[in-house]
Amino acid sequence: MSKTVLAVDDSASIRQMVAFTLKGAGYNVVEAGDGEEGLVKAKGAAVNLVLTDQNMPKMDGLTLVKALRTMPQYATTPILMLTTESSDAMKANGKAAGATGWLVKPFDPAKLLEVVKKVIG
Amino acid sequence: MSSVQSGESSPIDMSQFYQVFFEEAEEHLGEMESLLLSIDPLAATSDELNAIFRAAHSIKGGSGTFGFTDMTAVTHELESLLDKVRKNELPLTPDMVDALLVAGDVLKLQLARHRGQSDDVPDAEGICERIRALMLAEIEAASTAPSAGRELSIAFPVPGGAVDQAALDDLASMLAQIGELLTPLERNGDMRTLRLRTRAANKEVRNLFAFVCETDAVIIEDAAQDQSYGFFEDEPGPASKEIADDGFGFFADLPDAPPAAASSTDQGYGLFSDVPAAASTAAVVPAQQHGRRASDQPAAEPVRAGRRDTDKTVHNAQGDNASIRVSVEKVDQLINQLGELVITQAMLAQQVSQFDPLLYQNLLNGMADLERNTRDLQESVMSIRMLPIGFVFKRFPRMVRDLASKLGKQVQLNTEGEATELDKGLIEKIADPLTHLIRNSVDHGIEMPHVRTAAGKPAQGSVTLRAAHQGGSILIEVIDDGKGLDREKILAKGRERGLAVHDAMTDAEVWMLVFEAGFSTADAITDVSGRGVGMDVVKRNIAELGGTVEIESASGYGTRTMVRLPLTLAIIDGMSVGVGDDVYIIPLATVVESLQASSRAVRSVAGGGYVVEVRDEYLPVVSLHDIFPGSVRNPDAREGIMLVVESEGVKNAFLVDELLGQQQVVVKSLEANYRKVPGVSGATILGDGGVALILDVPTLVRMSRH
Repeated sequence: MSKTVLAVDDSASIRQMVAFTLKGAGYNVVEAGDGEEGLVKAKGAAVNLVLTDQNMPKMDGLTLVKALRTMPQYATTPILMLTTESSDAMKANGKAAGATGWLVKPFDPAKLLEVVKKVIG
Repeated sequence: MSSVQSGESSPIDMSQFYQVFFEEAEEHLGEMESLLLSIDPLAATSDELNAIFRAAHSIKGGSGTFGFTDMTAVTHELESLLDKVRKNELPLTPDMVDALLVAGDVLKLQLARHRGQSDDVPDAEGICERIRALMLAEIEAASTAPSAGRELSIAFPVPGGAVDQAALDDLASMLAQIGELLTPLERNGDMRTLRLRTRAANKEVRNLFAFVCETDAVIIEDAAQDQSYGFFEDEPGPASKEIADDGFGFFADLPDAPPAAASSTDQGYGLFSDVPAAASTAAVVPAQQHGRRASDQPAAEPVRAGRRDTDKTVHNAQGDNASIRVSVEKVDQLINQLGELVITQAMLAQQVSQFDPLLYQNLLNGMADLERNTRDLQESVMSIRMLPIGFVFKRFPRMVRDLASKLGKQVQLNTEGEATELDKGLIEKIADPLTHLIRNSVDHGIEMPHVRTAAGKPAQGSVTLRAAHQGGSILIEVIDDGKGLDREKILAKGRERGLAVHDAMTDAEVWMLVFEAGFSTADAITDVSGRGVGMDVVKRNIAELGGTVEIESASGYGTRTMVRLPLTLAIIDGMSVGVGDDVYIIPLATVVESLQASSRAVRSVAGGGYVVEVRDEYLPVVSLHDIFPGSVRNPDAREGIMLVVESEGVKNAFLVDELLGQQQVVVKSLEANYRKVPGVSGATILGDGGVALILDVPTLVRMSRH
């Protein structure tokens, strides 16, 4: 059973790139265009890793992470924040929200794959 | 974990994602522009600011990922400025809105260049400097304390390793003048690196290196961006022994971490183990986030191997992409083939209608299903080509803003019904006529602010652009609250041009004069509009789309221009009628009702012709026999069937011999295959293989008047 990655990003091109890259490596990919959709998709699928953008309409990444952490199913699931900034404030916020780590945009497919492999094999 | 090999997967061709990025970026740019145009700098809401920020942010993310670094550079500045504004660190000023709009234009040009649509090289550096300058000016105004500036990490090559120490010393002292050198120049292979805290623009810093190396070769980065990834980890793993050997790893709070690693690594991600420490030091630990993973860890390799075997069977199960992109040609081909299917279905239906219903009940039922399915299929296929008219509307706010400021007027553009859908072919062609109409409204309709105030109107004029479905057509209105059309002036101008005008003409007839070629009543020709080319072209363009245009105007209150278009050009609902031995199609959208007039209701009119009384209205009777002299004449209006049609607001009764039924017809161009025939808008193939002409009702009505 291949592992499932939930990719949450409001940018369709980034989502497409992430999905294409990960599917090519044999992962299942579930996509969502904002935090709210991400939450719904997470409830409907057994997700092994969440990749989420921070800045999105409706519900941002940090709120999504917090919401996921309240669900028993996702209490310990790795969550990476895809972000364009890596400031200390971002890190403090990300950690406080319960994220596992972060990956700075822009990233290329190879790097994404490496990180995902590191985290969920 | 060392089994991970990035090289084992074939490199992914990023260009396959470009198209989606282009379209996405265009959408974001459009959204950003419309938000900026509507924003009130003094009362901007955080929702608006966040939305603008998000648009810039998304373009930046995408352009960075797909390698369009010129766009990344511009959006970076946009984002920095917007971030400060949305966090209330800076006030939004009209200057900023202007600069942001210009930046949007620059991005559009850059986008067009990447798409191969343009060769213009926009002044990206210029707008970046402008935004930075605005930001600095506001920061200084906002706080009296001198700003610390940005921390830059700079690397530059020393050609061939040859070091002119004097030049380097000069450089160091120059750098010290514009900021604070945080580290001395360090040697790193052929490169020299340093850290600088400065408020100077990157370009300024770069120029200082002119005596040492090519300024283009200097790499300037925000030092804060050095750590590009990390993992939050509450329980540091047993990790240091598993240091990755493949060029990347995870930041952790390890005492033996080399302090300088953060600024020299090339890593793009990682795990936080402890935030404050991760920010200052870096080390490499494996990904180990929680208990379940910890137990997986030793078995990582077998798990990976096992996964390979099963992947392919499952991994498409959850594909949930919401849309696909298809070329227009494919859709057009589909529509064409569908047209042929509709014709074939009509032919079959006609053949089958002659069969005995009792003997062929199943066949007839099947035909009914086929007809319904064909119709459903047709609706679905046509809907593929439908686009919201907002695609056209969104270009106008900017145009109105620019036009108004050029003319010294205050104009508010309102749009309604952006979601109204229209055939893609029509959308592309309606943009120019609408541009003309809106330009006219702003230039000729809306008065100067002082004139408006004197007339008791608000200084700010309004132009409303509205779209709505109306029966089988779409109605687009351009409404302004300006001074309205000047009846006397138009009549005078009409006489001057030798047109047939008289004072008894109705307003509607007078307004139609402005659609005559070369007609302009503007006293002074402006460079915006008023050269008298335009309205006739507008009318012609709209007529070519099968549409009509009408004007309503009230002096002092404004003008309303109504453009009516068919929803689609390819297939129409028609009423087939028999005239003599021939069959004609009348577009159903124009048909109001049909009736067999009683002989009392039909009256002859002095000078020839008939009128028919329908519900207390006398309608002129247009005999299709007279217009299309066929084999058999049916001269008596009292015996034929009247089809009441409405066009351009006027009702007429068409006299025909028989009604054959309603059907969908595929419009084939007569001009393309034969030549243009007055009163005929096209032709179609009937169920029996014969050809029927599709009547152009407005032209026929006009022809019958003369």
